Amino acid sequence: MSFLSEALWILLLGSLLGLELIGKVPPTLHTPLMSGANAISGITMLAALTLIIKAGGSLPLLVIGSISLGFALFNVIGGFLVTDRMLAMFSRKPNRRKGNH
Amino acid sequence: MTTFEIFKYAIDLLAVLLLALGIKGLSKVRSAREANRLAAIAMALAVVGVLVESFGNGGISTNACLWIILGSSVGGLLGMFTAQRVPMTAMPETVALFNGCGGMSSLLVALGVALFSGNSDSGVLIDGIVEIVSIVVSVFVGAITFSGSIVAMAKLQGWLSTPSWTQSKVRHAVNIAFGVLSLVAAIELFRRGEQGLWLLVIASALLGVGVTLPIGGADMPVVISLLNSYSGVAAAAAGFVVGSQILIVAGAMVGAAGLILTQVMCNGMNRSLVSVLFGGSISAGIASESSGTEYKNITSCSVEECALTMEAAERVVIVPGYGLAVAQAQHTLREVTRVLEAGGIDVTYAIHPVAGRMPGHMNVLLAEADVPYEQLKEMDVINPEFPATDVALILGANDVVNPQAKNDSTSPLYGMPVLDVQEARSVFVVKRGMSAGYSGIKNDLFELSNTSMVFGDAKKVLGDLLVELKELGVGKKR
Repeated sequence: MSFLSEALWILLLGSLLGLELIGKVPPTLHTPLMSGANAISGITMLAALTLIIKAGGSLPLLVIGSISLGFALFNVIGGFLVTDRMLAMFSRKPNRRKGNH
Repeated sequence: MTTFEIFKYAIDLLAVLLLALGIKGLSKVRSAREANRLAAIAMALAVVGVLVESFGNGGISTNACLWIILGSSVGGLLGMFTAQRVPMTAMPETVALFNGCGGMSSLLVALGVALFSGNSDSGVLIDGIVEIVSIVVSVFVGAITFSGSIVAMAKLQGWLSTPSWTQSKVRHAVNIAFGVLSLVAAIELFRRGEQGLWLLVIASALLGVGVTLPIGGADMPVVISLLNSYSGVAAAAAGFVVGSQILIVAGAMVGAAGLILTQVMCNGMNRSLVSVLFGGSISAGIASESSGTEYKNITSCSVEECALTMEAAERVVIVPGYGLAVAQAQHTLREVTRVLEAGGIDVTYAIHPVAGRMPGHMNVLLAEADVPYEQLKEMDVINPEFPATDVALILGANDVVNPQAKNDSTSPLYGMPVLDVQEARSVFVVKRGMSAGYSGIKNDLFELSNTSMVFGDAKKVLGDLLVELKELGVGKKR
């Protein structure tokens, strides 16, 4: 039962941390923040990875783990890149703007 | 504790810290981009942590390695490709798609453990109530996230419309039925195993569809944000299934932060979460009343007249909307405003919190066209300035400039914060035709005496405007 009680504490503290992390968000950042948080929720790739590693010789576990890993990485890599693409547009340096003309 | 384990704990701790800093940083304009990278690094660290731990437990078999490489390269490359190719206008549906895949991943992990871990030789084993509960939660939330996100994406893309039955009260009964079915399935899972599991997958996926389908396009961002929060919960549940602490922390963090973000977005749109989820599409109430959707006293004018008025103006406020984004006209718009600025005319952009299709969407699109960040003004800042404005130029925005929201308490839009463009001396509305906006509601603004309609595609109109302004000599000398 020790994993369970530990895990429940972690769940509680993690949730509290999450509630505190975001306070006031300027509307400009709603979309990027959502997209970034979405990429992080792809952390479930760790579960997929664990599943494959601990699968032993079980072929169905390997296959389902691999598909799951694919889905998760699609979420993670796509999510971070797309967030970066959005945010890159905010952080243009003024001198670069002059350079365009 | 072995050295490997200590090492793994250290890595996990660092990863969690970086993730928290990443989420925090993402809510500030200045630090957002670095924060996003930080979060990405944290995720990579967490993967290293899992690998280190498994080396301590006797390494990874070549067979497992091959499957890992296969899955991650296919998913990763597709993700990379999608992220680079997708146009900025399609950002909301892209986020929905990614999110759905995250939910699918959690769902698959739980399915894998539930169905096949009996033949595995170590670690993940399904026994005891805790495992079953976490599998149930993971499957339930994962399936809702997946089906809901896919429906949200399809609706935003225009592949799916809102069926009329979903606007009646029937949908509540249907959704409650799916909910009860999921509960029954979960109980079956305890008693009989596999059959209950499949029933649970199907019932919760249908529930996701049933809940998302009735929701109108304008509310979709809120739903995507909520589903994003769910995918965090699904990840945390998957963490319980495979016994991974970092998964639980990260999942809980995203789940809670997503909930807050959803609330913040609701506030920005002056909608409550309950009315978004259960109120249906806001246009539903009036869709049947065809009266009051006909326009009278519309003044339309040519681009030339518009240019003449602008030439004489001192202060111009641009109100960009989704129509601008669809026409990909932000770059032409930037050219027009450059000419106006060179002519000594003060130009600002009024950004409604939900301009575009998602909060902040319009800011991204304008930033892409090199519009200086300082010129983008939020609604609360710009609204008091409209009476001192000579020209308000409305480009493909509709519902967010509808005065009904302020004046007509019977209007479904009533109470939504809008931009007070009608206070400006002259208002030009660039629009392709007289069709209604996202909400399907008539816009009283178009009938006002100081409003003129300029019909045409935003990009074409702006291109013509640019030519006219240059012919008038605006920006040469004044």
